[in-house]
Amino acid sequence: MSDQELRVSKIRNGTVVDHIAAGQALNVLAILGIDADSGETVSVGMRVPSDRLGSKDIVKVEGRELSQDEVDVLSLIAPAATINIVREFDVVEKHRVERPTVVTGVLSCPNHNCITTEDEPVESRFDVLDDGIRCQYCETIVREDFADHIAVE
Amino acid sequence: MRHDHIISAKGLSRDGIVEVLDRAADIAADPSAWGDRHEGRLLGLCFFEPSTRTKMSFTAAIKRLGGDIVDMGPVDSSSVKKGESLADTVRVVEGYADALVLRHPSEGSARMASEFVDVPLINAGDGAGQHPTQTLLDLYTIRESAGLDDLTIGIMGDLKYGRTVHSLAHALTNFDVRQHFVSPESLRLPRSVRYDLHEEGAQIREHETLDPVLSELDVLYVTRIQRERFPDESEYRAVAGEYQIDAETLEDARDDLTVMHPLPRVDEIAYDVDATDHAAYFQQAQNGVPVRMALLDLLLGGDR
Repeated sequence: MSDQELRVSKIRNGTVVDHIAAGQALNVLAILGIDADSGETVSVGMRVPSDRLGSKDIVKVEGRELSQDEVDVLSLIAPAATINIVREFDVVEKHRVERPTVVTGVLSCPNHNCITTEDEPVESRFDVLDDGIRCQYCETIVREDFADHIAVE
Repeated sequence: MRHDHIISAKGLSRDGIVEVLDRAADIAADPSAWGDRHEGRLLGLCFFEPSTRTKMSFTAAIKRLGGDIVDMGPVDSSSVKKGESLADTVRVVEGYADALVLRHPSEGSARMASEFVDVPLINAGDGAGQHPTQTLLDLYTIRESAGLDDLTIGIMGDLKYGRTVHSLAHALTNFDVRQHFVSPESLRLPRSVRYDLHEEGAQIREHETLDPVLSELDVLYVTRIQRERFPDESEYRAVAGEYQIDAETLEDARDDLTVMHPLPRVDEIAYDVDATDHAAYFQQAQNGVPVRMALLDLLLGGDR
């Protein structure tokens, strides 16, 4: 099944995040800060057949072009994701997510005794390791289930 | 040594450690010569948790250098009680002092606080995180008794929550040291510390009992296993009993074994060990003053 056959329509202007690991689309939205109140028109395809991944998720965000910094953090949960910037129905930019060296905000530290989980004027900050992430403050290492630690406002 | 802040043992290099220990040895040899070294300088004490040894030895250290303290006092009687953030508290107190000492129950608190102040900030314990100045006095004690290279050390007790252990284990990777960790399975070193030791290429082994390694050790570093780490009293008693030593236990050890403990102890080292030549824990506590004097001297510009 090609993208043209998907039950979601093409978008005019915005960003298509494609090749998301199946089942991670809602976590992608959470990382991008998109929820019921954020106003964007969003289409989500989950477990769509894919030649490359077997099945994949896909997210289309209308009227918003995501920056490289915004999408790089997606690499932690969707390392194969591709980002398509669309203008007037044409893909004008296409790139892959790149693994960042540091992730600021977005994820919350799973250590409930970490200072970043308290009411202090500081954002969470993680170093990205080869096989996990590490809180720069309390040094806790998270190796799996990053999506469980996405900060929820 | 050119550290602005002392946050974690990871920030201590071999050269930096040796510089502090050498200066501490100079101070211990002739303490009175340092009495006016930092006259008029003030050390701000921010202790959000109770402390006896650390707080008193920092106080003694700055006073023996000719300076004085400004003390936030207990949390109950401070503005923290009114809901002030740690970031605000340290920003205020830095205006009153030339350096800050912080103890706080949350991991990462000292690192965060250091981002808000310009004066040197010293971590005096952040939750189950780090306690780097305890490590410096531990290293001083080890160097005095057994030397820091070609050393075999056993570290026993609560390795998971014991911040003195986390700092010491990391600092020892700067030296030629074989480290044996002895603890119940539930209180093993945390993943983050094992990760760092592995990254540093440290020679470490983990054990559930002391017996197999006791006779190899130059130093045995004992820590307290706390009651609150266990779901019930009986489980705690069963486990804690396995990690207590007495004079009889030490009959199997080398004659020159040094026994250390960051104190306070409860019953993990029996009183009958105090009278043996092995016991170094009171000397260790006493070393806190010259070592903290040395550190403060370097941080406050002792080279000028």
